[in-house]
Amino acid sequence: MSQDADAIVIGAGIVGAACAHALACAGLDVLVLDDRRGGATAAGMGHLVAMDDNPAELDLSRHSLTLWREWSRQMAVDCAWHPCGTLWLAANAEEMDAAREKQDRLRASGVDCALITAQTLQGLEPALRAGLHGALQVPGDAVVYAPNAARWLLASQPQRIRILETSVLALEDHRVRTAMGATLQAPAVVLANGIHATQLCPELPIRPKKGHLLITDRYPGTVHHQLVELGYVTSAHHSTGPSVAFNVQPRPTGQLLIGSSRQFDDTSSAVDADMLARMLERALSYLPGLADFNAIRSWTGLRAATPDSLPILGPHPSRPGLWLAVGHEGLGTTTAPASAQLLAAHITGCTPGIDPTPYLAQRFGALA
Amino acid sequence: MNTATMEHCDVLIIGTGPAGLAAALAAAPSGAAIVMVDDNPAPGGQIWRDGPGVKLPPGAVERRAALARHANVHILSGTRLVAVPQPQQVLLEDATHGWRLQYATCIVCTGARELLLPFPGWTLPGVTGAGGLQALIKGGLPVRGERIVVAGSGPLLLAVAATAQAAGAQVLRVAEQAPLRAVAAFAAALWRWPAKAVQGLGLLHPGYRTSSHVLSVAGQDRVESVRLRQGAHTVDIACERVACGFGLVPNTHIGQALGCALNDQHAIAVDAWQATSVPGHYAAGECTGFGGSEKALVQGAIAGHAAVGQRAQAQALWPERQRWEAFAAHLHSHFALQPQLKTLATPDTIVCRCEDVTQGQLAACQSWTEAKLHTRCGMGACQGRVCGAATQNLWGWTPPVPRMPITPTRIGTLAKPESGPVQP
Amino acid sequence: MNASPTNASPTHIAIELNGTQHTVPAGITVVAALSLWANGVTRVSVLGEPRAAFCGMGICQECRVTVNGQRRLACQTVCLPGMVVHTTTPTKPGHSA
Repeated sequence: MSQDADAIVIGAGIVGAACAHALACAGLDVLVLDDRRGGATAAGMGHLVAMDDNPAELDLSRHSLTLWREWSRQMAVDCAWHPCGTLWLAANAEEMDAAREKQDRLRASGVDCALITAQTLQGLEPALRAGLHGALQVPGDAVVYAPNAARWLLASQPQRIRILETSVLALEDHRVRTAMGATLQAPAVVLANGIHATQLCPELPIRPKKGHLLITDRYPGTVHHQLVELGYVTSAHHSTGPSVAFNVQPRPTGQLLIGSSRQFDDTSSAVDADMLARMLERALSYLPGLADFNAIRSWTGLRAATPDSLPILGPHPSRPGLWLAVGHEGLGTTTAPASAQLLAAHITGCTPGIDPTPYLAQRFGALA
Repeated sequence: MNTATMEHCDVLIIGTGPAGLAAALAAAPSGAAIVMVDDNPAPGGQIWRDGPGVKLPPGAVERRAALARHANVHILSGTRLVAVPQPQQVLLEDATHGWRLQYATCIVCTGARELLLPFPGWTLPGVTGAGGLQALIKGGLPVRGERIVVAGSGPLLLAVAATAQAAGAQVLRVAEQAPLRAVAAFAAALWRWPAKAVQGLGLLHPGYRTSSHVLSVAGQDRVESVRLRQGAHTVDIACERVACGFGLVPNTHIGQALGCALNDQHAIAVDAWQATSVPGHYAAGECTGFGGSEKALVQGAIAGHAAVGQRAQAQALWPERQRWEAFAAHLHSHFALQPQLKTLATPDTIVCRCEDVTQGQLAACQSWTEAKLHTRCGMGACQGRVCGAATQNLWGWTPPVPRMPITPTRIGTLAKPESGPVQP
Repeated sequence: MNASPTNASPTHIAIELNGTQHTVPAGITVVAALSLWANGVTRVSVLGEPRAAFCGMGICQECRVTVNGQRRLACQTVCLPGMVVHTTTPTKPGHSA
């Protein structure tokens, strides 16, 4: 068959860019299609975090972090790599127990971490309110500016990666039809366009989960690590109603990036003032001094969420030649490297570095 | 200064310049509960800006005194509108606290800001806008004995020169970018508006030059000299300040946050009643398009009458408004910006002042969104107001509709929940 | 030049600029006070350049200073007795993106 590339990747966000990069490294000629609408990559926090909600998630995030650290040695400066680590904050004895369990799980997987006392925590982060019980420090976590990391990945293999600005109207077997009227062919077509995936594959069980973020003016030296409440795991990640959780990131500029919120079934991009107020109230309960800081911008993003919060990585069960790398919810930037490696292994028939089973689309049925 | 925390009102007027004051005076006799908010320390907007040693024109003094006699009008100075959390609800912030205000009708009188275009050296201390310098002097900025060059475009330049000279500065040059024939044609037609002609005569300056614009400003840590193009020549003038503004840009962010549509001049679109595209919301003055204080006054009065249902009184003012709109159109046609003003910046010239992004870095981008993502242009504290207007003028980029917070706002204010005001 | 607050006449007030007490005419803005007693510089830019008030009307944010612990615009802030003003300097010089 005459083909336009060895592989077509739909979506030039962080996941699509990582997939294109991995495929190119495997020797394939890759054509990336992007409609410039933008998605979660530009809206997210860029927090690279070892997440241990379940073993498969921890596997994917841990491997990805190792790859991110390798990439960090070559990435352009504007990718703003910042190895600040995460402090998971315990506000009470119960959360301190949760911290201990988290430490056990992470260490069992080879992720370096340590419990710190309330006193040590105050010394590390004096802006935090008094009375916290302590924290779990994960020094290997980091922060990256994902839009520029995606751009760096796409530019890293100029002989093998081409980018075409167009939107895709329909998928056929080993073919895509573009809005420009062209039909492009490749043995492998990778769907990596996040929340927009269901426009081409309505059968995918992906639901938008809206999040709010807010960034302050420059106040360098206020906070030094990514700060996340342990209550995050229980309150935010598993509830179905709207929820907020404390999550603050020190940007290299000295700005503070404040999250986080979750809402299903609201796909408008408008900032919801009341949701923002709840999120900020939560932030003030950990960093009271924030009250006098100026916010200069707030925005929203839509996370692509699957029913079990794991991404869909692998072959489409019923559409020949179609591969899926979607549904990363809030961990797209974190898990992009290992997602891409897994996908490339699938496509090239090589042995994957981690067990691919938990991420297969088959877990949701035939998806016909 | 009235520091009451107002939670409810019938008519919210945003801006206390001529348009806002006129709107309040027109609406006040109805007895409606009126709240006016303005981010400046005192009412008056730009043209009637108050300050130590400022002698306000009689029109301003009379209107402020007249408003003070209406117990149903509350003026909240030093107060910013930062968000529109719900329909008919705004989030306000002053120096001590933030709170939500519920209203029935709204009149947007947010005025205009100067178009500030980049040129080499424009970030040096001592370079300001033209209207900007006038505002700073009214706020007490000491300029006695300083040598100043005023530049840019429009009759405002002469008013700025007059203010600076009255404050003891030496205005060496007023450099108008428009050519002589355009300025002469404007001046010749001023007989149609006698008051403006008298104003104009009073402002003539011996250092006034046409076909003249700033090329660059030089100095170590502040302004030391300015290089001007003057017709076919270039001249360097040693000075302490350069006050440069290229006309006015309507302030539409608040109107847009309220949902108001813009017209194709990028101003808030209004109909004959000064009504915007949002029911119950009116707009008046420079935010609906440039035209000076007389136009703002009559538009404000029309909006004020219309907002409280006094349509006959509103309609009676239409002929006067028509007169001043003709002046505005006349003004605009003669002071159009010359194309070479778009090419003053060099690749090293900073375009985004908040984030220090240069013209060279931006030239590689195709759109505002792309520039913001990859260069941080527009990500700073001015929220893209200065660089957005500049890149729109230079490359036709459209800045996006603003989101909350409309202006930098304390987190304590934004964290206020739906349920009413909170203690400071 | 320092003046003790008790000597300030009603037409002048005492404020603190960058740690030093000054007497300024009542009613002037913080921009005017900084021009009288400091060199008018309000902040240092991302790349380390000194900046001062520019637009004069609360838009450009070049005159951001800290007033009594809050970051405010000096061009729209009138000096009040006892006001404590600090101009904005980065704690990590030259820190960009």
